[in-house]
Amino acid sequence: MSFSIPDAPLGSAGVLEILAPKWRSQLARLRQARSGSGARALLLALLGGGFWLAVFGLSYRVLKFIKGVEEIGPLLAGKLLAVGLLSFAAILLLSNLVTALSTFFLAKDLDMLVAAPVDWIWFYLAKLGETLAHSSWMVVLMVVPILTAYGVVFGGGPLFPLVALGTLLPFFLLPTVVGSVITLVLVNVFPARRARDLLSLVALSVIAGLVLFLRLAQPEQLSTPEGYRNLLDFIAKLSAPTHPLLPSEWAASALMNWLLRVRDPLPLLLLWSTAGAFIVIGASFHRRLYMPGFTKSQEGANRRMGGTVWHRLVRRLLAWLPVTRREFVLKDLKVFFRDATQWSQLILLAVLLIVYVFNIRALPLYTGEKVPYVVVTLVVFLNQGLGGFVLSAIAARFIFPAVSLEGRQLWLLRSSPLDLKAMLWSKYWVGTLPLLGLALGIAMVTNLMLQAPPFMLLLSLMTTVCYTLAVGALALGLGVLFPQFETENAAQIPTSFGGLVFMMAAVSLLTLIIVIEAVPVAEHLRAWQAGEAAGSSTALLLAMGAVFVLCALTTVLPLQIGLRRLAALDA
Amino acid sequence: MIELTGLTKRYGRFTAVDGITLTIPPGALYGLLGPNGAGKTTTMRMIAGILQPTAGTIRIAGIDLWGEPLRAKSRMGFIPDRPFVYDKLTGAEFLRFVAGLYGQDGASIDRRIDELLELFDLLPWKDELTESYSHGMRQKLIIGSALLHRPEVIVVDEPMVGLDPKSARLLKDLLRQFAGRGGTVLMSTHTLEIAEAMCDRIAIVQAGRIVAAGTMDELRAHTSSGDASLEELFLKLTGGLAERELSELFDS
Repeated sequence: MSFSIPDAPLGSAGVLEILAPKWRSQLARLRQARSGSGARALLLALLGGGFWLAVFGLSYRVLKFIKGVEEIGPLLAGKLLAVGLLSFAAILLLSNLVTALSTFFLAKDLDMLVAAPVDWIWFYLAKLGETLAHSSWMVVLMVVPILTAYGVVFGGGPLFPLVALGTLLPFFLLPTVVGSVITLVLVNVFPARRARDLLSLVALSVIAGLVLFLRLAQPEQLSTPEGYRNLLDFIAKLSAPTHPLLPSEWAASALMNWLLRVRDPLPLLLLWSTAGAFIVIGASFHRRLYMPGFTKSQEGANRRMGGTVWHRLVRRLLAWLPVTRREFVLKDLKVFFRDATQWSQLILLAVLLIVYVFNIRALPLYTGEKVPYVVVTLVVFLNQGLGGFVLSAIAARFIFPAVSLEGRQLWLLRSSPLDLKAMLWSKYWVGTLPLLGLALGIAMVTNLMLQAPPFMLLLSLMTTVCYTLAVGALALGLGVLFPQFETENAAQIPTSFGGLVFMMAAVSLLTLIIVIEAVPVAEHLRAWQAGEAAGSSTALLLAMGAVFVLCALTTVLPLQIGLRRLAALDA
Repeated sequence: MIELTGLTKRYGRFTAVDGITLTIPPGALYGLLGPNGAGKTTTMRMIAGILQPTAGTIRIAGIDLWGEPLRAKSRMGFIPDRPFVYDKLTGAEFLRFVAGLYGQDGASIDRRIDELLELFDLLPWKDELTESYSHGMRQKLIIGSALLHRPEVIVVDEPMVGLDPKSARLLKDLLRQFAGRGGTVLMSTHTLEIAEAMCDRIAIVQAGRIVAAGTMDELRAHTSSGDASLEELFLKLTGGLAERELSELFDS
């Protein structure tokens, strides 16, 4: 028997061939989605459409106003666009750093591609294209309604989308090339997994900083007539970091030139020539550093873990638990605090809490004049809604992914004599108890800041306890119903379809609670205005009873359904 | 002892396992062989309590697995074909966690963990996160975890994948000794030499059914194959490409 190898050299695969499995998989996924439930597609379409309309509407209103500012209107619009594009470039650069690490060094197809006779330049371009697509799609979704508003307000005409495409493509390519080069250098210095943790952390911290900066700049002041007078100051403050040599400035100029009918091709030429030059530089870096980096990325990042004082302390604190539950809780805590993709979410949590407390502080309630009792009561009441929403977001981040994260180890849990009920309840308390402490803390702090009346304080604390217990169970239960077993990054799980369903369910529950409690609060206010001693305690008791029953059902039912689903799950 | 009665698993219209009935007595080392997609792993995962059967019963050491799952599972150790462990736990922490799942605690467990880690040459890596372990090291860790609680029954899917020759030899000796002391081993494998050398009895599965079962001599008699090897018996029972067809494949 002979096995002949062809004499002629094999033809090297091009970019399209290298990326074929990716786009074919996407097409297959789309076909599966189309043949699947229509409700899911409809829900996503409604949410996406709503989001686009909201961004378009807001951009349109702001641009309409800016255009009306005498003499400097178009200039301001251009400045605003440059600032927006600069922010997007910063986000894109961070996103590319993390994405390039996956596509160039950690992806599952790399072994096959590196082993195949693929020309390095096609490999580089294909992986660059993949990085570009993965890191930029969210920014594209955001940019489309904003640029549509620019096109509509300034009369961009039917060719404006093509101009926008020709401008944004090189603009998006630049952070992709720069991000890939930085990642390439980093991987040559650190092990790939350590570099991933480091980059995720940096990216998250910068995004959190950006959110904080934008919030603390108090953009709500612009919504008042007096605020519009400060718009110039605001834009000046925001545009301070821009510079004529930044690509965001060129992209904004290229777009504004078209919209204002200025014949100046220089910005577009600068963008394309710089993007071309950067690709060449990136390719030469890739040629020299990729193979040493790829080799290094195969090496494990050894980390020794001794029995620290902290471990011993937690073990002693949990000594009262039965051994199975104790080991389960300890395992969950260790895995959480050792996985950067999980614990780094705490940064987002801190930002969320700071923004929330800042929002309460920024309310124009106590400016020296006496605030009517009715207003204070209503604000405190509505604060419950805001607080509830924050709690739901935290539950989505930390409790919803709990079962999905067991995915690959489910064989062990299912083949061992572990009581699934005990496991689910362990996960429930591990997630919900810290959430409850946090919830009571923020309810107390914000109510004290708002100088809530005792009646409202009591109602708020009782509601917080009931809602937190319910939302924890809802998050865990829906996490079992919509598991994401294949996801390695915990941060991606809350943004899945199931995460969306959970947020909608949590907000619906919150709305229902607020509607139920509105009755005794209204009764209380009516009694206060009529000069009576206090609101009807019967209405209050009935409402609290109804909220209690609702929350108890929302606690027990999702856990029971989740348990049944978990038992039937094919691991 | 493992007893399977009419064990069936269907996925929609596709039947992966079709009414398997089998009894494996204490002290036996039983091999489950079959071509890819024959239903071996599905059968093993049902016996391990990971997949719920569509029909049929499974008894482990006389206990109905789906009637009293916790009691039945506490008598069994399962070694899967793919060694997925928690990346962010060290080897010792993983074993301690598994011991906890079986309700075991205390200083004796710490000693047992060290014994098993030493047995599998993993003691130097005891405090390393398992994310830095090789495939074989993870496989050895999982084998250790299956032995930790001193089971009566061991169910092992593709035991030798990723193991170095020394560890493979160690595992063979361990399983033989385990069966020799009255334990029950059910092992699925593609490595026919291992099955032939180790197993007391063998079942050959194809399309979800057992097409032949028994000792080597009984299988030879069943197929009227004289003194044929297990490989020849296997190909005869499951069908394989003739040498002529293979030549055509390469010549074309």
